Amino acid sequence: MKLGVLFSGGKDSTLALHLAAEKEQVACLITMVSKNKESFMFHTPNIDVSALQAQALGLPLVRVETEGRKEEELADLECAIAEAKGRFGIEGVVTGAVESVYQASRVQRICNRLDLWQFNPLWKTDQKALLETLIAKKYQVIISGVFAYPLDQMWLGRQIDSAIVARLVELEGKYGISPSGEGGEIETTVLDAPLFKRRIEVADAVVEWSGSSGVYVIKEARLVSK
Amino acid sequence: MTVLVVDLNWRKDSLAYTEFVSPILAAVKPLEPCAVRHYLELQHSEIDGYSHIILSGTPLKDFEFLKRLDRFQWIKTSQKPILGICAGMQTIAKVYGENLRACQQVGMTEIATTKENPLFSGTFQAYSLHSYTVLPSPTFDVIAESKECIQAIKHKQKPLYGVLFHPEVRNPDILKRFVESSLGI
Repeated sequence: MKLGVLFSGGKDSTLALHLAAEKEQVACLITMVSKNKESFMFHTPNIDVSALQAQALGLPLVRVETEGRKEEELADLECAIAEAKGRFGIEGVVTGAVESVYQASRVQRICNRLDLWQFNPLWKTDQKALLETLIAKKYQVIISGVFAYPLDQMWLGRQIDSAIVARLVELEGKYGISPSGEGGEIETTVLDAPLFKRRIEVADAVVEWSGSSGVYVIKEARLVSK
Repeated sequence: MTVLVVDLNWRKDSLAYTEFVSPILAAVKPLEPCAVRHYLELQHSEIDGYSHIILSGTPLKDFEFLKRLDRFQWIKTSQKPILGICAGMQTIAKVYGENLRACQQVGMTEIATTKENPLFSGTFQAYSLHSYTVLPSPTFDVIAESKECIQAIKHKQKPLYGVLFHPEVRNPDILKRFVESSLGI
């Protein structure tokens, strides 16, 4: 079955892509570039890195911009998926949804209208186990956004390793933070993964902090040999 | 005591396994040992080796299981507690010769209990992902409904249950009650 993967360049969509590629043929990536930083549907930090990630994966990218207005952004997503169906003949769509019924049910409805299969291979995965899988499979994932107390600027740009996972699990107990950021507490960017033919090197980045949240903005990045 | 989870996806070890089978295992495994068998490889003679049986759901576009009802005839003869989820409930109804009715629901749905039962009570929210429901039948009691359709049934003589919603998503306690109770008739 030819599949398109809704791809933000974060850890969940990249791991979902990996699982999909083990069972079926991934024909393209679909990336929504939202102008709304508060979007409930789409990941925003460093979304432009998805073009480099697609190159690293050797996969074509369907990239569609959206103003990110609630519900209108779903029409834009439907256009993007329809474009992927037309250009690459996809028969189904894969998402990295783990817990969000909000996201999963909306993508389900769009795929149903377009007569496409829909898969969420990370659905209900234990969050600590998900992070440990990334480390075991040697993903290089950095934290590119933090949006909840007590996460501060010190977290931005840091690679997810065993120490970070242990700290996130500790914060889950104390503050109710979802360790894998399911509640939007953290966003991530994948710089290397098992399916990447080359890895991404960050040449220039800045931390932008406002109030109690911030993002690690990658201003310049390039592909390098692994 | 081992709980059998029957994978109803279109093929064994499919991309849908982690979405429709693994969450059931996550809810049940802490309570009882579990085994998983794909419906195409499950032999009728194996059923006696399990204490409870759960039939999984499938993706919205997957109806392959309905083409192979011959693989599910053991449901009619078994006296074991059986719970069919979504595709599993549709399979139970079809095995008994009942018809399905088109009714699509995707997302959180209000479910109202219509008959006392050991699995759930009152009104609650649950995740729906289905295109068909069952019709009223003399063989089954309707034990829950949503505004749109029948949401759960129980065989009138056996501990054979079907739920159209997916308890593994937001209501894992229903699965726990199913395996923890002896579910007498």
